[in-house]
Amino acid sequence: MSPVQAIIAKELRGYFVSPIVYVVGAVFLLIFGLLSYLYVGFAGAQAIQLMQMQGGVAQINLNDLVFRNLFASVRIVLLIILPILTMRLFAEERKLRTFEFLLTSPIRIHDIIIGKFVSVLLIYLGLLGLTVLVPTVLMLFSDFDWNPIWTGYLGMTLLGALFLSVGVFASALTENQIVAAFVGFGTLLSMWLIAGLGSLLGDTTAGRVISYVSYMEHYDRLVRGLIDTSDLVYFGSGLVLMLFLTHRIVESTRWK
Amino acid sequence: MIDVQNITKRYGHHTAIDRVTFSVAKGEVLAFLGPNGAGKTTTMRILTCFMPATEGRARVAGFDCTDQPLDVKRQIGYLPETPPVYQELTVTEYLTFVGRLRGMTGQTLTAALDHTIGRLELGSVRHRLIGNLSRGYRQRVGLAQALLHDPPVLILDEPTVGLDPKQIIEIRELIKSLAGSHSVILSTHILPEATAVCQRVVIINKGRIVAEDTPEQLSARLRQSEKVSITLKTVPPDCELKLRSIPGILNVLPGQGGGNFLLECELGRDLRDEIARLVVSSHWGLLELRTISMTLEDVFLQLTRHEDHLVEPAEAMVSASAERTDT
Repeated sequence: MSPVQAIIAKELRGYFVSPIVYVVGAVFLLIFGLLSYLYVGFAGAQAIQLMQMQGGVAQINLNDLVFRNLFASVRIVLLIILPILTMRLFAEERKLRTFEFLLTSPIRIHDIIIGKFVSVLLIYLGLLGLTVLVPTVLMLFSDFDWNPIWTGYLGMTLLGALFLSVGVFASALTENQIVAAFVGFGTLLSMWLIAGLGSLLGDTTAGRVISYVSYMEHYDRLVRGLIDTSDLVYFGSGLVLMLFLTHRIVESTRWK
Repeated sequence: MIDVQNITKRYGHHTAIDRVTFSVAKGEVLAFLGPNGAGKTTTMRILTCFMPATEGRARVAGFDCTDQPLDVKRQIGYLPETPPVYQELTVTEYLTFVGRLRGMTGQTLTAALDHTIGRLELGSVRHRLIGNLSRGYRQRVGLAQALLHDPPVLILDEPTVGLDPKQIIEIRELIKSLAGSHSVILSTHILPEATAVCQRVVIINKGRIVAEDTPEQLSARLRQSEKVSITLKTVPPDCELKLRSIPGILNVLPGQGGGNFLLECELGRDLRDEIARLVVSSHWGLLELRTISMTLEDVFLQLTRHEDHLVEPAEAMVSASAERTDT
């Protein structure tokens, strides 16, 4: 077992011993289920309306009416819960003085960061995996196209990974977990809201740059079923940038 | 094994350590002695590559702490001030994690684990969560972490803090048993600890090394006079005067309790014979006669409080030397 694997195993163990994963997981799955139920309910109501107006059986598009809305709403849930998952990663090490131990072990700083990031990513992917139950169950009752759903899941994976990397960065900044969660949440919310600023500025250079920085349009395209290389590059480079900044922060604690 | 040349560490305008130079030979145990805030932890953090020095060079086992940190870290077992334990892991899980970070696997890891757990007597708690262990056990788990990979260099920051007296003795024995095969630096502000386990003592104060020697030589060097304590059965008024008249006696001070005197003699002269002869021939009744050697505590206080003259040497001598005497 390599040092990175050892860190992943230790972090996973830490997550499952503490109540965080159970609470966050339960809340995430509950809200995901609730949202699915609501959107299916709305879709049903719309179908009944259509039937009454047109007569006969109306074909409703579940992809548009349920999944696109569901995946779009999941953003808000991820924005709130993922910083809570990541907040302990570095802040707790600092608080409990185990950080010094990690930094004096014969491992590289990026191994520590990758280990911690992968562990929380695995937990997130596990939770996301459980939500596949929703489309699977719906498949029994209705017909829909699976392709936009897979791209939606790809979008949620990439968006989640980006959010987690922001959370890891926030956790490296402080020894207070609440502060770490709040910084993560604030950063992610700001990245959301600057999309509005981008559209206000319209088709100017500044507007285009600001819109690009926000994850909104990149995620929206994936949810709509479009896989664009530029979006993949956006998520990939954003994630790498955040982990790189984390590396700088961890490195800088040695100089203080 | 360890070679530190003129290292300085500044935090902004504050100089934590100032041109510190010392070295530790293979198999030697060195005590780093100093009051809180003297720079002990900072020096150790530089040696363990946790932080770089502002100036100067530090080498461990031939590797440079700035240029080859990973190589240095492999040679070192480090116990920081607070034992670096994860409360949510059991002792075995934690030590396994530590071993894996250090690249140990399979049989090697299992063997090292059993050996270390046995060595630190952690067998009875090996499957318990560290969070539920007492302070003393956590400290021992921390020490186990430093010893697990049997490193040639051990750096222990106050290793006996939080232990009960029996455990303190056990840990000291353990450290003594490491001498010869391991180079050890241990920091402490408990003086008997330094005398008990170390071959050499470095006294650091306000970021500077103020003395470096064996415990015995340190006290010899700082002793300005030989001291003899005597206790008499009867104390006639002229006895102080008569004692002073012995050639070589510099001063006679009243000691603790009736009939006790502290005699300061010229350095390098053993006047016990003359003193005894005088007392016996004068029929004062000699109840006790012993030389007093300076304890490390006295040396430490003299060196670290030199500027403020907080201690009257003679007073300190009488009160502090009770436990370390030889007749």
